[in-house]
Amino acid sequence: MVKIGVLALQGAIREHIHSIEACEAKAITVKSVEDLALVEGLILPGGESTAMRKLIDRFEMLEPLRQFALDGKPMFGTCAGLILLAKELVGYDYSHVGKLDAIVERNSYGRQVDSFEIDLNIEGVATDFPAVFIRAPQIVSVEENVEILATHGDRIVMVKQGHLLGCSFHPELTDDHRIMTYFIEMVKESLANEVHVK
Amino acid sequence: MTINLTGTDRVKRGMAEMQKGGVIMDVINAEQARIAEAAGAVAVMALERVPSDIRAAGGVARMADPRIMEEVMGAVTIPVMAKARIGHITEARILEAMGVDYIDESEVLTPADEEYHLRKSEFTVPFVCGCKDLGEAARRIGEGASMLRTKGEPGTGNIVEAVRHLRKVNAQVRKIVHMSEDELMTEAKILGAPYDVLLQIKHAGKLPVVNFAAGGVATPADAALMMELGADGVFVGSGIFKSENPEKFAKAIVEATTHFQDYKLLVEISKDLGIPMKGIEISRLSAGDRMQDRGW
Repeated sequence: MVKIGVLALQGAIREHIHSIEACEAKAITVKSVEDLALVEGLILPGGESTAMRKLIDRFEMLEPLRQFALDGKPMFGTCAGLILLAKELVGYDYSHVGKLDAIVERNSYGRQVDSFEIDLNIEGVATDFPAVFIRAPQIVSVEENVEILATHGDRIVMVKQGHLLGCSFHPELTDDHRIMTYFIEMVKESLANEVHVK
Repeated sequence: MTINLTGTDRVKRGMAEMQKGGVIMDVINAEQARIAEAAGAVAVMALERVPSDIRAAGGVARMADPRIMEEVMGAVTIPVMAKARIGHITEARILEAMGVDYIDESEVLTPADEEYHLRKSEFTVPFVCGCKDLGEAARRIGEGASMLRTKGEPGTGNIVEAVRHLRKVNAQVRKIVHMSEDELMTEAKILGAPYDVLLQIKHAGKLPVVNFAAGGVATPADAALMMELGADGVFVGSGIFKSENPEKFAKAIVEATTHFQDYKLLVEISKDLGIPMKGIEISRLSAGDRMQDRGW
């Protein structure tokens, strides 16, 4: 069974665990560098990116997370997780994991009263996916190597770059596991390739 | 293309889901808000006074001056919450109009209505409410609260009431989950709880909204204790900015909330923090000073 980790410093951890298990993969909560070594793919969940970053720094997880991405292991960031993955953040002179070649803007839809849900079509993944946007970031622009999987109006809200997947919304707040199924397939594929290379 | 749906249960409750495992801190100005954000708070509660100062000041405690919320909203990028008096429709509407991210219909302020709470389902902004037991929790959910917290006894730095309330709610949830559906209506009558909310709890095996601990958290160990007992996260009121070293306490409480079962780490986290806020023994409070008895 493929082992999927959820970065478990803060946020909607339980929901992702539930979704992973519903897709018949093994879910592991990742609170430390040791935990990270146990997983074949990692989800960076929704939550508060500033709070997660403080805890990442305090427990010296930033370089191991970057290395995880450099090793070609799949990572999937939802909302705050997308912010953690992005190479550049509007209004900030630093990034976090920073391996997704995209510029992301935090809280780009406004405050909580502007949060919303809508059905989205996601290229190659799902049609009419119930997408919940909560104080959501948007992907302002991407480099050529990044595939745009979903847009909402004129905003980019889901992208894929090789083994990295990111979205502005929260699939974990629904019982729809199509995106999780897609990510788990990415992880299985990366494991197959790894064996092949060896 | 379909239109954006705002203010749905999923959007309002989901916002609270994103706060899980985190610490929400009371602040009274931009400087404190920045300290809280830098320490890793998931949100701040903007107030005119922290609960222990509300106790000390006496008189009527009301919604804070909108200028304070504006100042705090301008200072940080994390969500900003604010308190309205129980049943004060207009204070709540003012806070919603300002774009505050979450409203606490709070017993820390002097109630505006001694019979009715806000009909929170009518608002686009989500609400958090206090509870001491499942009856109260279910009534608040029935009115549209998207998040709960224990009441504890605010401004005392004494965890005992928060422990009592969290244990009580969780024990009552367990009872509902295991009880026969035949017995549920009578249980609803006994608890004073809406039947449909109890039915939801029975089917889901848990409360339909997140439940944070609040009202007495003063140390990292207090925060970790509440997580151990099943809280989804922690509110810290007076415990940070009434301690000797707010930066250290704030950081330590955030770390302890995440790693609440790593006891060796908690040793390190708890070291050299300085003096916590001075606490109050609950039995010293007169009946009129017990904020937890406000709410119906």
